[in-house]
Amino acid sequence: MRTYWFTEDAYHDLPPQDDYESIRVNLPNSNFDPERGHELYNWYLDMWCMAESYGLDLMNNEHHQTATCMVPAAPLMMSILARETSKARLLLLGNPIANRRNPVRVAEEMAMIDVISKGRLDCGFVRGVPYEAAPANRTAHRGSQRMWEAHDMIMKAWTTHDGPFNFEGRWFQSRQINIWPRPYQQPAPPVWVTMGGRSSTTPVAQHKHVGAVFLAGYPRIREIFDGYREDYLKMHGEHAPFDRLAYLGLVFVGETEAKAREGAEKLLWYMSANKVPGYWSNPPGYHPPHIAAQIMKGARGGSGVPLTATLDDQMARGNVFAGTPDQVYEQIKNFWEYSGGFGNMLMMGQAGFVTHEETETSMKLYAKEVFPRLKELEASTTPAEAWEKSKAMEQRDNVPLDGFALEFVR
Amino acid sequence: MGSTTETIKLTVGEITVNRKGTGPQLLLLHGGGGSIADHPVVDKLAEKFEVIAPSHPGFNGTKIPDHFDGMPELVHFYLDVLDALDIDNAVLMGISMGGWLAAELASINCARFSKVILVDAVGVKIGGPTDRDIVDVFGIPPDEANKLMYHDPANARDMSTLSDEALAAVAGNRIALGLYTWEPYMHNPKLPQRLHRVTAPTLFLWGESDGLVTTDYGKAYAALIPGAKFVAIPEAGHSPYAEQTEYFVNEVFAFTD
Repeated sequence: MRTYWFTEDAYHDLPPQDDYESIRVNLPNSNFDPERGHELYNWYLDMWCMAESYGLDLMNNEHHQTATCMVPAAPLMMSILARETSKARLLLLGNPIANRRNPVRVAEEMAMIDVISKGRLDCGFVRGVPYEAAPANRTAHRGSQRMWEAHDMIMKAWTTHDGPFNFEGRWFQSRQINIWPRPYQQPAPPVWVTMGGRSSTTPVAQHKHVGAVFLAGYPRIREIFDGYREDYLKMHGEHAPFDRLAYLGLVFVGETEAKAREGAEKLLWYMSANKVPGYWSNPPGYHPPHIAAQIMKGARGGSGVPLTATLDDQMARGNVFAGTPDQVYEQIKNFWEYSGGFGNMLMMGQAGFVTHEETETSMKLYAKEVFPRLKELEASTTPAEAWEKSKAMEQRDNVPLDGFALEFVR
Repeated sequence: MGSTTETIKLTVGEITVNRKGTGPQLLLLHGGGGSIADHPVVDKLAEKFEVIAPSHPGFNGTKIPDHFDGMPELVHFYLDVLDALDIDNAVLMGISMGGWLAAELASINCARFSKVILVDAVGVKIGGPTDRDIVDVFGIPPDEANKLMYHDPANARDMSTLSDEALAAVAGNRIALGLYTWEPYMHNPKLPQRLHRVTAPTLFLWGESDGLVTTDYGKAYAALIPGAKFVAIPEAGHSPYAEQTEYFVNEVFAFTD
């Protein structure tokens, strides 16, 4: 079991939510104070270094034109961490390669980070959230297909060592591809891909890549994990090892339940701050017509209304794990067993106004008192056993999905 | 008035076409809202013309061929459509995005067209790099879009009363519109250098209150086609055929007489 510590690097010093229409895409950057930005970037880098000191691995990501995430270029943050850290795995989840113009550049950047870090890169690829379509000026149409073609080109660039090749595909064409450097890890850095539904698991399982799921919670986790496991078993004739699956949840551990809840409430900023009007969350071609229609109706998120699910709702849903070390262990264990097991916990440990001290307390308690027990939990069973046990459990549909899950689970 | 609808298989893809009326052909290329074959304006036009109204692939529940990435594929697809429909000496009318398509087709070869009518058409860049010639319809709230698109926003379709199925159809059309117009947004940077090839008499018909593409844009667009005439329709927005149907049809008839 690995735990990757994650913050989305928010710029949270914003005017009251009523004063702006959207936190993404068109929030004027007059709201961004470069002095404050300088502090925040360095603060976040310090947090990651602190996470390494507690034995955790590190995850970062990127978004564009948004105060929810100050990092429009994840490779820049990761290249700093490649130098500042020495032990932790570095998960970049992920490169939005459906929107990138030039996959060769991504292959080069990732190879560089892998070499600088001496082979510690875990390289994620994502289609990108819907709000990225306008900033990237890339149509959302067939984004998944485009992502997989870019993936093929990057893999070929990483693994070709005998001189140039051409790649002339449906969307991407390049000549004389011959990247310098090549990756440190051979034949290639581990690849991670996000999965949002049963239909997205197959190519991930086919490549034996790590399939990561964000905030699908109890309502959808088994549909996706089971899909991956079924595909993997069918294609490779063996059960998918635990380390092929990852789940991202918000985690806050406190010395007391009251303190933990206080911290977790602050973490929920990540969700409540996501004020995005329907037209940004519904770019043409991202969602199929029936879902696009629901968003147009404002029935499912993205309607400009902040998502206000309570902490209890989010905990019941399996999106947030919060409490004392014992409680958090129990919560993650329950979810882990229900899901059929996974080998990578992606811990969103800081968001919004969670302070440095609160972050460190939670991180430390998790690392020292929760994480070791999760390792034991994983070691106590096998993927086949855990899957069987999961299948025997009743489906928990009592917590409805919200718009957030719709947009982030993909 | 009776109409027929058929789906014609082409070498690549297929096209669904509605036909109404008898007389000279009028090829009606619809805009981003999808086919207007059921709109009363078509009944009026069909008093004089055989109105041939295809649905562009992706609109009105039709399929988008796998190789389509945008307007260039639609233009080439329509070269096959013109063959399949035996378009000959037709009035070519294009509305909004369909106007862009019409301008592209007419600039490739105008021989099949007797007249060209572009209605609140998009397709070219008029201003400088930072001028927003065409409002980003994918980046504004629906009520704001209605204000820009209609002289009287009350004429806009009330989405709140639509069934889930009807709303999914609207969403489907929006997806197709996005495919054809996303990048470069609603225009082809190369088109202005081709428009001199539009040799048929050309009329720009424009809703005077169009806030999506203004009459200034329309006039500058018209100036790119030799001899093109520009007529603004009062008290009409981006869909003058809908807000001022009589006026619109009279202008069309006057131009095609």
